[in-house]
Amino acid sequence: MNPSIDRRTMLRTASLAGVGCAATPIWAQTGASGLERPVLSGEEIVLRIARQTMAIDGTASRAIGINGAAPAPLIRLREGQRVRLRVVNALDVDTSLHWHGLLVPFQYDGVPGVSFPGIRPGDAFVYDFTVRQNGTYWYHSHSGGQEQEGLYGPIVIDPAGPDPVAADRDHVVMFSDHSEQSPAAIFRRMKLQPGYYNFQRQTLAGLLTGRDQTAKDRKHWGAMRMDPADIADGTGATYRYLVNGHGPRDKWTGLFEPGQRVRLRLINASAMTTFNVRIPGLAMTVVQADGLNVRPVTVDELQIGVAETYDVIVTPTGDRAYTLVGESIDRSGMARATLAPRTGMDAPVPPLRARPLATMADMGMGGMAAGEARGVDPGAEQNASRTLATPGYVPPPATPVDHATMDHAAMSGMDHAAMGHAPISDPATGGAAGQGAMDHGAMDHGDMTMRDFSRAPQVHKGPGVQTIAPMPVDRTGYPGQGLEDVGHRVLTYRDLIALDRNPDVRAPDRSLTIHLTGNMERFMWGFDGQRMVDTHEPFAFTEGERVRVTLINDTMMGHPIHLHGHFFDLVTGKGDHAPRKHTVLVQPGGTVTFDLTADAVGDWAFHCHMLYHMLAGMMRVVSVRPREEAA
Amino acid sequence: MIWGLALLAVATIGIAPGGVSAGAQDHAMHGMPGMAMPGATAKPAPAKPKPVAKMRAAKPTAKRAARPQLRATAPAPVDHAQMDHSRMDHSGMNHAAAGAATDSMPMDQGAMASPAAKAGTDLPAGDAPAPAVPMPHYADRVWDPAAMARARDVMMREEGGGQTFAQVMLDLAELQVRDGRDGYRWEGEAWFGGDIHRAVVKSEGEGDLGDRLEAAEVQALYARAIGPYFNLQAGVRHDIRPGPARTYATIGVEGLAPYWFEVDAAAFVATTGEVLGRVEGYYDQRLTQRWILQPRAEVNLSVQDVRRRGIGSGITDAELGLRLRYEIRREFAPYVGVSWERRLGDTARFARGAGEDTGGIGVVAGLRAWF
Repeated sequence: MNPSIDRRTMLRTASLAGVGCAATPIWAQTGASGLERPVLSGEEIVLRIARQTMAIDGTASRAIGINGAAPAPLIRLREGQRVRLRVVNALDVDTSLHWHGLLVPFQYDGVPGVSFPGIRPGDAFVYDFTVRQNGTYWYHSHSGGQEQEGLYGPIVIDPAGPDPVAADRDHVVMFSDHSEQSPAAIFRRMKLQPGYYNFQRQTLAGLLTGRDQTAKDRKHWGAMRMDPADIADGTGATYRYLVNGHGPRDKWTGLFEPGQRVRLRLINASAMTTFNVRIPGLAMTVVQADGLNVRPVTVDELQIGVAETYDVIVTPTGDRAYTLVGESIDRSGMARATLAPRTGMDAPVPPLRARPLATMADMGMGGMAAGEARGVDPGAEQNASRTLATPGYVPPPATPVDHATMDHAAMSGMDHAAMGHAPISDPATGGAAGQGAMDHGAMDHGDMTMRDFSRAPQVHKGPGVQTIAPMPVDRTGYPGQGLEDVGHRVLTYRDLIALDRNPDVRAPDRSLTIHLTGNMERFMWGFDGQRMVDTHEPFAFTEGERVRVTLINDTMMGHPIHLHGHFFDLVTGKGDHAPRKHTVLVQPGGTVTFDLTADAVGDWAFHCHMLYHMLAGMMRVVSVRPREEAA
Repeated sequence: MIWGLALLAVATIGIAPGGVSAGAQDHAMHGMPGMAMPGATAKPAPAKPKPVAKMRAAKPTAKRAARPQLRATAPAPVDHAQMDHSRMDHSGMNHAAAGAATDSMPMDQGAMASPAAKAGTDLPAGDAPAPAVPMPHYADRVWDPAAMARARDVMMREEGGGQTFAQVMLDLAELQVRDGRDGYRWEGEAWFGGDIHRAVVKSEGEGDLGDRLEAAEVQALYARAIGPYFNLQAGVRHDIRPGPARTYATIGVEGLAPYWFEVDAAAFVATTGEVLGRVEGYYDQRLTQRWILQPRAEVNLSVQDVRRRGIGSGITDAELGLRLRYEIRREFAPYVGVSWERRLGDTARFARGAGEDTGGIGVVAGLRAWF
């Protein structure tokens, strides 16, 4: 142990704690000039978990932090080093820390009941492993709802060799959702009343004024007992959306010098919130996804699911400020930060856009989405961040009009081709033949085929399964709900190509299909119709085995699915340069296929990273057994 | 029970305002909009970048390992040029992709990147058998098995969907003004349990202000989820008023019917042998995000005459209500409304014979609340 580093760190955070009622770790402080002041590094790191307060937009609320800081300190490591993280539990309940995306021996993965027993109150636990990778990651509690209470922080690992991603400046941009309600209270309300937090629902007023679905559509959706306005379970009605622990009014500011290449390490540390991230006036070049480098791809906006990370490069040229917006997927609020040459500068803030509705086009059952009634309900409720919008905001001309029309023409041509003749088939499941014909067959019977278990024989029939997707298709080319027609470039998984050749390019030995199931009325979530509590049976793998896994989302909500201890290679037609991820957002009613090399022996958690979906049972163990034991 | 449900649906639809009632006349699902599920053809956003072109344009920058080189190419104007270039390529690319899309891979960029043979994720999967499913207790080899067992138990029950909850819900708690006769009424339930199994206590009753309790009943039920929307409920019902007290065995279903109707139908068999039934339901019509109009209907049935209690066989009485509430919070919503109650058939005849009134319309004001 190297006490000097720890003592210095402790002193630093302690002095901060002395100033205000709640300390912000240095990496998260506003006016940050970059990562040049790592908070915790070295081979011996002490993390003390305790209750504290957290000040957001001027109000203090309960939180759980580390070494006096919530969000938790930045841990900065170097590829190849060994690290011993001594975690002290000063809470009165069990706790744990999970190193999200890090390839560690399973017993140090930090999931109570799966990889270790957890850390009892007053106890300490030493995580001890060698850092085998580099990139942007994060860590968080895997106990109860502690993650929602602030127990999360970023991890940055510097590569052993030169970094192919060159940048003049480096900022962590960690998104989260913060509530003054306890995790238990939030979960209970979600259980007791579906749509409890949704104050942007369809109304009679919306019908009469033509803002919402048409009467005909509403009737059909009503017959299904499906609410197209059910975009998010947790909304701005309970959440404030944070960047680096700062509320939208706190306006966390990251500094740059004009012309610099600035690396933003976007991390979604939310409990429940999918964010749509953009910096009006500034294109983002994605260079890393989930900590692994990808070939640069430039976009204007990207959707980041819970627990995903993206590193982007931006190159602001003028002596002006930019607003970084993280809009919640249901547009009930935004996280807001500023990038500026100096502190104190302001940039225009765009208004929240209209909340999306799940539509025909979203489900791939129609042509272009024309005709869907959409509008803004003046009575719809967003959180206080709506008041930040700059009056008369004019979006910057990021995309020249010429190009837009050109692209549009090209796109619509392609869309028709793709829709008409070429169902996006999937090499794993053998394709979706005769999609068009299936549409009609499925539709005619309405409710009945919404829950046709013959389409998913492995799914346990029960109250936890509200629907079985009648014709799920690969949606890795879909930008995300509400981002279909935003008029600028939006990232999709198909844009990602690994920078390095995949480490394992064998053909998969076998296939495995897993259904993501749920019941939004009962707030039950699971895999293959079973909650964690229903079965302790794992998804079984043998060491070294390569398996093509297809996730089928039978629900109308996106699920960020995370596998511990592994990266998997998305099957998106990129051959041996498939993008590799630890968390993948499976779009509503869509599928994602990935190839997994099960190379890490042990038991691993596999779950939806929406906290309350996981707590409701959307989790399972993935077991990887040594080959000699498998026989 | 079924015809009761149908009657309820008709009655409620009749008074449900707005699009739902209009739509509900057409039950045939001929169109597709109702299909809630899946999956879109992965439609790219209108100005989505195309990795193929992008990747070529960006390659020099991407592959560079040395910073100096980057600085030479970095500034934004260059980026824009690249973007434009890629867009131009891109329309050509699209056609190629569309043509190739009949293949199993819609966008075979991996193959383009390495034009040789298919590799990695482009390869088809084999059909090797899955391994046997082990017990996922691998951590017991490293950590104390007893500590693991405890942690597993907590994880499974408290963090894996096995949690229990409790709720007390006052559906109706209101004052009624009818023909100068002021009364009160309540209807509510409390439950405890998990996703599947619950213990439920229900109560309802009414009376005249300043007079004694007119009717009061309590039910103690076991509820079990029997489908995504419905619960089976069974237990006992005890009528405290009107006297003499009476006890029934109860079985029923409660849940959410298509078109968002909350329905509850139950049959009651008294210890003295009589068989009664009840069907009720309501619909929450959201006028705005917080103003909600709730049409409500209840029909009571009897298989036989129960003369001592003034009950005739058939439909004994019905209630139609329309209540407008404002959700100050989801848990706390005051309301006003109208309620029409009427005894019907032989029951009405018995009432008239006994000099009692057979019902009428009243104005109500109350509170819907839960905690």
